[in-house]
Amino acid sequence: MAENKKHIVKSKDFLFGTDDSDALLLDCGKKLHSVNIRYETYGKLNANGSNAILIFHALTGDAHVSGWHSEEDRKPGWWNDMIGPGKPIDTEKYFVVCSNVIGGCSGSTGPRSINLATGKLYNMDFPVITIADMVRAQRRLMKHLKVEKWLSIIGGSMGGMQALEWSISYPELTESIIPIATTARLSPQSIAFDWVGREAILTDKNWDNGDYTENIPENGLATARMLAHITYLSDESMRRKFGRNLQESESYSFDFKRDFAVESYLQYQGQRFVERFDANCYLYITRAMDYFDVSAKAGGNLAAAFKNVTCPFLVISFSSDWLFPTAQSVDLVKALLKNRIDVSYCEIESSYGHDAFLLEIEVLGKMISDFLRNRLEVIDGK
Amino acid sequence: MVSKLKEELAKRQDLVEISKMIESGTRVLDLGCGNGVFLKLLEYEKNVKGLGIEICQQQIIESIATGIPVVHGDLNHDLDFAEDSSFDYVVLSRTLQEVQRPDRLLSEIVRVGKRAIVSFINFGYYKTRFQLMLTGTMPETKNLPYHWYDTPNIHLGTLKDFRMLCKEMDIRILRELPLGNQRKIFTKVIPNLFAPMCIFEIRKGG
Repeated sequence: MAENKKHIVKSKDFLFGTDDSDALLLDCGKKLHSVNIRYETYGKLNANGSNAILIFHALTGDAHVSGWHSEEDRKPGWWNDMIGPGKPIDTEKYFVVCSNVIGGCSGSTGPRSINLATGKLYNMDFPVITIADMVRAQRRLMKHLKVEKWLSIIGGSMGGMQALEWSISYPELTESIIPIATTARLSPQSIAFDWVGREAILTDKNWDNGDYTENIPENGLATARMLAHITYLSDESMRRKFGRNLQESESYSFDFKRDFAVESYLQYQGQRFVERFDANCYLYITRAMDYFDVSAKAGGNLAAAFKNVTCPFLVISFSSDWLFPTAQSVDLVKALLKNRIDVSYCEIESSYGHDAFLLEIEVLGKMISDFLRNRLEVIDGK
Repeated sequence: MVSKLKEELAKRQDLVEISKMIESGTRVLDLGCGNGVFLKLLEYEKNVKGLGIEICQQQIIESIATGIPVVHGDLNHDLDFAEDSSFDYVVLSRTLQEVQRPDRLLSEIVRVGKRAIVSFINFGYYKTRFQLMLTGTMPETKNLPYHWYDTPNIHLGTLKDFRMLCKEMDIRILRELPLGNQRKIFTKVIPNLFAPMCIFEIRKGG
């Protein structure tokens, strides 16, 4: 592998909606002005424009999906094993785009951006956004990049929701969709986890109605993350990784400090998360997921929601994912098949739980790269 | 590439015969599609629109590489993803004997397919009959290469059994094509004794 040479990438910004006529009209009825989209691109768009791929990130992801920002950069992009030169999504062959969702805190406009109307941070004045709003913003970026049609739109978890939303909002603008470890409508169980996570933030005394400055609600945000992180793992992966191992001593402390390895792992994950993510953004993005139900506009009929969709799908779930379990992908597959859409579907055997979509690169990568190659052959052969 | 596919398929006499039975431009559901080669060839030669169902992850990976739509599924479950008569043909090759309830699967395939093509391993074949009779042990043949204790073939039957079941379930047998290279005349006249395998084209009665 070409790991010894760091592939350096730069983030870019695209600003739109500075005029009222150009502002982003949201599902809640409000308009979002001066919207910035932070994005990264990899590879080159070919002459006939057939090789463009859009990647959607998950809840706490960002535009930096592959490569390094500098030689000194400690960590590569979040899906670096999947995307890059010679990788399953080969950037020597494909033009890959990934952008940060609106409502986020990794460069795109969100609750911690300046509201130009007031000169202050939006915080709780930021409108409640939906997955469809995120996708609308990405549609603007597509125009800006002069991509006419995506070869494929790929996303895991919340990224998969955006991919599904795109297939319904703009069916004519993509040749295929790859939703991974995701769902077509957020289940009550997932809504419940989101609620508890947000409650942890909202009841943190530092939250201050979202107007926190120096003292951020880090306990609330870390608790929300720890809870969510459990849902990304599986019983088996936790048993393998931690067992009942004790972290710092040979025996129980008989108090309530952390004893177990799993406790200290979660605490570490919570602390690290606070350093890179924002509490208000967490509220907004989880809310967007709660509202996600692609069947809603079709009166709850999932098959009817896809009636204008014709492009092929590759749907993937993981056997130990209990956040978005296989049954939810099967529901999606059934709805697609009812519309006689070409669907491939695999439940990949894995013990990694929901996080498997970031870890099972070998199997997932092979399926995706073969699927993309076949799609490109069909399109370029037309 | 096509010649390679053909070469691979030539090893399966039943699939070669089934491919001849399928009309051009139709929708075909292949239950237990393996690596997808059969559907790929039908797509190429007959402009068929195919969908494969497969349970083995490795085979699904290979089907995706072939470029055939394939859905991970278990034939022991109902085919509830497919609506009534939504496929022109449902193909089930040498698999009926492996499912928990062959009768249920049969009723499902004639529900979702306007027609179904089933290739059936014949336990009434004279070699299996004689093995059982003469040695007193469960037969092991080219088509049934397993021991009694590790075989996936849990519901073996004869051609006569299959016909009787179809009659009971009000399934019409449109065509019966006994397969076997030796003693072709015998195979034709008494298939239940001389055909190691048989292809049935069936559909819902009425």
